[in-house]
Amino acid sequence: MSHRPLDISGLPSYRFSHHSLMWWGVMGMILLEGTAFALTIAAYFYLWSQAQTWPLSTTPPELFWGTLNLVVLLLSAWPNHWTKRAGEDGDEPKIRIGLVICALFGIVLIAIRGFEFTALNCRWDSDAYGSIVWLLLGLHTVHLVTDVYDTIVLAGVFFFTQPLEGRRHVDVSENGLYWYFVVLTWIPIYAVIYLFPRVSS
Amino acid sequence: MNPVLERTWRDPPGVVGWFSSIDHKTIGRRYLVTAFAFFVGAGIMAALMRLQLARPENTLIGPDLYNQLFTTHGTVMMFLFAVPVMQGMAIYLVPLMVGSRAIAFPRMNAFAYWVYLFGGLFIFTCLLFNFGPDAGWFSYVPLAGPEYAPGKRADVWAQMITFSELSGLLAAIVVIATVFKLRAPGMTLARLPLFVWAMLATAFMILFAMPSVMLASTALILDRLVSTHFYNPAEGGDALLWQHLFWFFGHPEVYFIFIPGLAFMSSIIPTFSRRPIFGYPAVVMSLTATAFLSFGLWVHHMFATHIPELGKSFFTAASMLIALPTAIQIFCWIATMWTGRLLLATPMLHMLAFFFILVLGGMTGLMVASVPLDLQLTDTYFVVAHLHYVLIGGAVFPLFGAWYYWFPKITGRMMSERLGRWQFWLFFIGFNVAFYPMHHLGLRGMPRRVYTYTDEMGWGPLNLLATAGAVTIAISVLLFTINAVMSLRRGMLAGENPWGAGTLEWATSSPPPSYNFDRQPIVRARDPLWEPPLGELREPTAEPTHIVGLAEHTREVLVTTVQDAIPDHRLAFPQPTLWPFVSAIAVAIMFLGSIFTPWAIVWGGIPVALFATLWFWPKREETDAAIAIEKRP
Amino acid sequence: MQSILQSAGPQAAHIESLWWLTLAICTVVFLAILVAVAWAVMRKRRGDAATPPDISFITKKERGAELAVVAGLGVSLLGLIVLTVASFVTDRALASLGAPDLQIDVTGHQWWWDARYDDQDKSKIFTVANEIHIPVGKPVLLRLRADDVIHSFWVPNLSGKKDMIPGRDATLTLQADKPGIYRGQCAEFCGAQHAKMAFLVIADDKYEEWAAAQRKPAPQPSSDQQKRGRDLFVDGRCAMCHAIQGTTANARHAPDLTHLMSRQTLAAGAVPNSIGHLAGWILDPSSIKPGSNMPPNPMEPDDLHALLAYLGTLK
Repeated sequence: MSHRPLDISGLPSYRFSHHSLMWWGVMGMILLEGTAFALTIAAYFYLWSQAQTWPLSTTPPELFWGTLNLVVLLLSAWPNHWTKRAGEDGDEPKIRIGLVICALFGIVLIAIRGFEFTALNCRWDSDAYGSIVWLLLGLHTVHLVTDVYDTIVLAGVFFFTQPLEGRRHVDVSENGLYWYFVVLTWIPIYAVIYLFPRVSS
Repeated sequence: MNPVLERTWRDPPGVVGWFSSIDHKTIGRRYLVTAFAFFVGAGIMAALMRLQLARPENTLIGPDLYNQLFTTHGTVMMFLFAVPVMQGMAIYLVPLMVGSRAIAFPRMNAFAYWVYLFGGLFIFTCLLFNFGPDAGWFSYVPLAGPEYAPGKRADVWAQMITFSELSGLLAAIVVIATVFKLRAPGMTLARLPLFVWAMLATAFMILFAMPSVMLASTALILDRLVSTHFYNPAEGGDALLWQHLFWFFGHPEVYFIFIPGLAFMSSIIPTFSRRPIFGYPAVVMSLTATAFLSFGLWVHHMFATHIPELGKSFFTAASMLIALPTAIQIFCWIATMWTGRLLLATPMLHMLAFFFILVLGGMTGLMVASVPLDLQLTDTYFVVAHLHYVLIGGAVFPLFGAWYYWFPKITGRMMSERLGRWQFWLFFIGFNVAFYPMHHLGLRGMPRRVYTYTDEMGWGPLNLLATAGAVTIAISVLLFTINAVMSLRRGMLAGENPWGAGTLEWATSSPPPSYNFDRQPIVRARDPLWEPPLGELREPTAEPTHIVGLAEHTREVLVTTVQDAIPDHRLAFPQPTLWPFVSAIAVAIMFLGSIFTPWAIVWGGIPVALFATLWFWPKREETDAAIAIEKRP
Repeated sequence: MQSILQSAGPQAAHIESLWWLTLAICTVVFLAILVAVAWAVMRKRRGDAATPPDISFITKKERGAELAVVAGLGVSLLGLIVLTVASFVTDRALASLGAPDLQIDVTGHQWWWDARYDDQDKSKIFTVANEIHIPVGKPVLLRLRADDVIHSFWVPNLSGKKDMIPGRDATLTLQADKPGIYRGQCAEFCGAQHAKMAFLVIADDKYEEWAAAQRKPAPQPSSDQQKRGRDLFVDGRCAMCHAIQGTTANARHAPDLTHLMSRQTLAAGAVPNSIGHLAGWILDPSSIKPGSNMPPNPMEPDDLHALLAYLGTLK
């Protein structure tokens, strides 16, 4: 019985998007964290459905910092896209610039988020409304902070470790993908925290 | 045996090497041994409970210890045995079954194991020091809340959840990525072994369900630690929020346990019937349907609450409906056995037990699916009987059979058939003697979770019988342990494929070499080992049979496409490393600290972030080796 | 006693009928599957690991097996539909009990029950603990609440259970068709003494007399010893938690004791109601219910006898 080999040594050492293993890992994280967000929002609406008034005993959160956050997050999608493309093109100088810009956006956003927490008009321990608002905002903040940290670390890798494997370009692309998740999830969360209590009566 | 590959892929020697291993077979074995140890621990708790309940008004164990015992028994069995053991089977077997050298994200896989181990050690330690959790394995509020559960017991429970959920979620991602991207060329999705389909479905379910209990337990910890009010009705919170969040996870969870049991059935029955399974597409669709449907049942755990009746009716219909995909699989297995040639060895006996025990449990499941019946039966010993019949019949018996089946592959030796039969019959008889009477006890009004009962209730004789059954189970588990330990040294040598099975894990030595396969196969059919050898085809083709071209002096893996497993690219894989172990320790410290203060997240998070960074940071040696063989797209 | 299969009222009876129907169908299905498996196993077509697997099945059409599986599926679906419809029919039946004219507010506490008999006429409202009497043959509405953690009201001879959840009201309607004593027990784990949180529902054909007696305040103590006992109660710790109508003790943290001697058990069914058990309970509740919220009350024998003498008048 003969054994005929298939030679795959000509295949590349990395590929982007859904071809890459890392993409599936990031997607898995997005799925489970998206589920966590969805469930937290569901809990918010569940508590609302049990309440006589909403918010329970305070005014809705101030619009300014949250909306500023929304605007800056949406704006950050552009350098994120630019950096992601640079990663897919393997353009390391561009990657370095892009990662720094993204990291700066991220730091600004974290600062804005800090102010948001002070303008919520409720405390986590005031009542169930305060608790769920802080939890929802807190969950998104955890993702924001960890992704900004990831971006900074990745920037560090690109600045301080040479030469780089080509696979690091895939990491840049995946980091960009995850940032889209952070941006996109903010939209419904913003609507729930800031807009819903203004329209529910 | 390929010495170059062996040196490249083996676990490093020594103590440091032991903690640095990222080989899926090593990690898989560790899951199995750890889960079995936890199973025995939780089983001892059950034995103690049964001894206390053997007589009315017994004073062997008082209420405080008893409440810790039943809580920890359930918690350990569900979170620290049943789910992780199935993940461990997947981690060991899936890469072999799909023809891969390695599992995806091997370091994260190792990390998940350590987190699991630490979570388990944590809860056992707390129990030994008399602050084990004591509010039941599903920890209802307000009983588990800040007002009625003083001390740290409920926090121990909630934080153990965090450990086991983190571990479970990461392991699920590992399985999904492996199944989708690391299959041998030619193993299209339509050729995936049913075991792999089932583990894939389970992994997806885990991704969507575990976040719910993470959320629930986080909110509980916050209520207890920093005075949030998620579950406090006085401040707009709701005790039922806990139940919804918990059971939205909790119902799918039993399917994380049951579906792998189905995986074992679909792997082992065909082998011992000497034919491919009947109805492969139907089984795949049934597994998928079960996975989806399981998310629509959770309210059946809440039928006794004040939820509107119309809503409950939906869940009755859904809970009845989910019987159908399981029925399809049962019929397919019966058809397979009917038309096959049966070998009734120990693994197969365990599969046959499923038809008795699980089916009986499924019948009582139909009973409690009905709202009015459930209103009498829920929270009684009837439900205790039901849940043990489905879990033990549907998962534990197949698991023990699976261990007899794959023990030769994992260790290279056969287990004793004779001891196996004794163990099987003792378990089967002991199980039924222990749990069947509980149906009657429930019908006669005995509620769950009671540390004692009075003589005049008349529950004494059946309880005594159940205790006798429990002792028999304990003996059978002891026999199994003896069989396993003895066989490790003195079992018959197994060879590559002692059962004449058809899937790829049997196409390599027992135990497999560190690099899994001498030659990575190309697959042309389901049950690759059962397809006709090339030389016997009427029209021999020039199709290739195996791959070459991956580096051998460094770790490199072939990545294929999702649907048709076409070779896509080569991927350099990481070397063994201590970072997963060290990071898990940092995470454990962070979780443990946060039982006492929320600042532990901040202070504990710093070393976690640091270690994770060092873990990810490219190592000069690995990078250079990867660059040397790199081909850019 | 406390059995699902000895229904004494329409609610439990409807459920019991559903039980028997379901049991019958499930038994048939179970046996059918066992027979099918047994038949497959006993067909004596044996193989072993060396038997070549029959791979003709990869391409062969298995019409017979396909038909059998589809037939099995059809029969299963039919059975499930029957069970589901039967369940919905029973649901409807349970909701069709007549309009109740007696309403009792039952509140679950760790680890006892209080029951407040409601009435349009405020002067007719009264409160009892752990033992609930109801008229025979008439529907009763129970409004269920919980004071601390989740409890569940379950008297299987009369009805399915209903959870009592803090912050929410639930209702249960039931009816007893025969006079009798029906034992119930808390059916949601509620902490240390969940096992000993029982109650009695007594379908009383002399219900009106019982209710009239319960409405009366406690009699004035006649003997000196009884008076001393009353004073010990009212001036001491007892009155901090317990109420006795007709005295100044009116706290609501523990069972109302106005008619303590009219009850069959003490401590929510933990022990029979006798002077000996009462003495033991008062002196050290944790000897009967470890973890109980009632503190121990060590006292001089004279004081104890006086207290018992007084409590003995609370019929």
